[in-house]
Amino acid sequence: MYPQNFRYTKEHEWVNVEGETGTIGITDHAQKELGDIVYVDLPKIGTIAEKGKAIGSVESVKAVSDIYSPVSGEVVAVNDLLSSSPEKLNEDPHGAAWLVKIKLASPAEVADLMSAAEYQQYAGEEQ
Amino acid sequence: MQPAPLRTTPLNATHRRMGAKMVDFGGWDMPVQYSGIVDEHLTVRRSVGVFDVSHMGEIEVRGPEALKLVDYVATNAACKLKIGQAHYSALLYEHGGFVDDILVHKVADDHFFLCVNASNQDKDYEHIAGHNKFNCTVENAGSRYAQIAIQGPRALETLQKLTPVELAPIRYYWFTDGEVCGAKARIARTGYTGEDGFEIYVNPHHSPRIWDEILAAGAEFGIKPAGLGARNTLRLEAKMALYGHEITASITPWEADLAWIVKLDKGDFIGREALVKQKEQGITRKLVGFEMCGRGIGRDGYEIYVDGSAAGWVTSGGPAPYLNKNIGLCYLPVSQAEPGRAIQVMIRNQPVEAVTVPTPFYKRAK
Repeated sequence: MYPQNFRYTKEHEWVNVEGETGTIGITDHAQKELGDIVYVDLPKIGTIAEKGKAIGSVESVKAVSDIYSPVSGEVVAVNDLLSSSPEKLNEDPHGAAWLVKIKLASPAEVADLMSAAEYQQYAGEEQ
Repeated sequence: MQPAPLRTTPLNATHRRMGAKMVDFGGWDMPVQYSGIVDEHLTVRRSVGVFDVSHMGEIEVRGPEALKLVDYVATNAACKLKIGQAHYSALLYEHGGFVDDILVHKVADDHFFLCVNASNQDKDYEHIAGHNKFNCTVENAGSRYAQIAIQGPRALETLQKLTPVELAPIRYYWFTDGEVCGAKARIARTGYTGEDGFEIYVNPHHSPRIWDEILAAGAEFGIKPAGLGARNTLRLEAKMALYGHEITASITPWEADLAWIVKLDKGDFIGREALVKQKEQGITRKLVGFEMCGRGIGRDGYEIYVDGSAAGWVTSGGPAPYLNKNIGLCYLPVSQAEPGRAIQVMIRNQPVEAVTVPTPFYKRAK
């Protein structure tokens, strides 16, 4: 369910680090909790993200939830798919429906995020 | 200190068994969704859905002067109701603000059955009992009833399989006492979705079995259980008010576009004087509908700007699944409330374009 190579936050985001870049998304647990996702608000390219700070929001029919950046750095890509098809976040949250890519300011930051196994247990306990 | 335990309906175990997502709704442990809000919403618009609304309160007013008490505490003219007829009404404070919005059913000349909001039932009961100068028996009867709503164009066909009562002759906002699944039931052609449908009041003990039988009876129509999430999006499309949002203690029926439930000529009632005065002076704000034009969703509580200045607030807002738009209701100054006006909804400190529109957003074809 949860890709082994990703790292996870307590706020239910994931980051997949490849070289100097981290791809950010929300977890399958998060999309299930949110329900039908109808709108995704993402930062512009060039925005400086700070670990733990809101970089955008995801809206379901029912509510708005902030997206907290799992890492610090500059936003270098934004997933345009989500502006026209926000529902993809319900379908493929760990794949096609990634949110943004961030050029990592400090790669060591990911060390204190959860592993897949840790997150799975965390998300399970929260239910 | 331990938080108070959540109150549950007699269908709580059923919801959990069926995999509903449960939430704390005003102190009640209620299903917010089953298959998903959009799916449930569309199922009700196109076919039929079933809702557990047993958290709603019931208040019974009995006595030779029951009519006098109801007409004294509620704004609509209960004196115009025939036996077996129901109407939408409101309980007001002296200053004209809402205690609650309610349904009044006339069961007999000396018996009225009120359906009230879950989180207001104790307050409403105290309010009515506190103004009972007519020697009526007022009963806070919520725990004696489970309430199930069967809503959608196939609601009648679904429920008809389970009752000997002929449902087709029951007109909108009329009710009859009969049986559903062999159990005593009050069957009302009412609802909170903008669709045709029924709300049945039954003994809590029988409600899990009746719920299961409704789902079985509606299976051929693709019936689905629906939660409070879809109930909210459905009522918003139909522009039905929600207590705590469109109507509050600081809002009057004139402002809430509910003049049709106020009958000033029926005699004295609580809040009448304030309403007469406000009618003379004129209201300064009123409830209007809007649609988002820019990207973004106006949500409950967001500020509205007109011509660069703060002008009002969103009472309810969100996606309208059937209309496929982002809609909402808001209070605006009367001078800026005509349909077609460009407004801005402040979404996380950014103004996003919207336009006022006529309501209801959705009206079913008759």
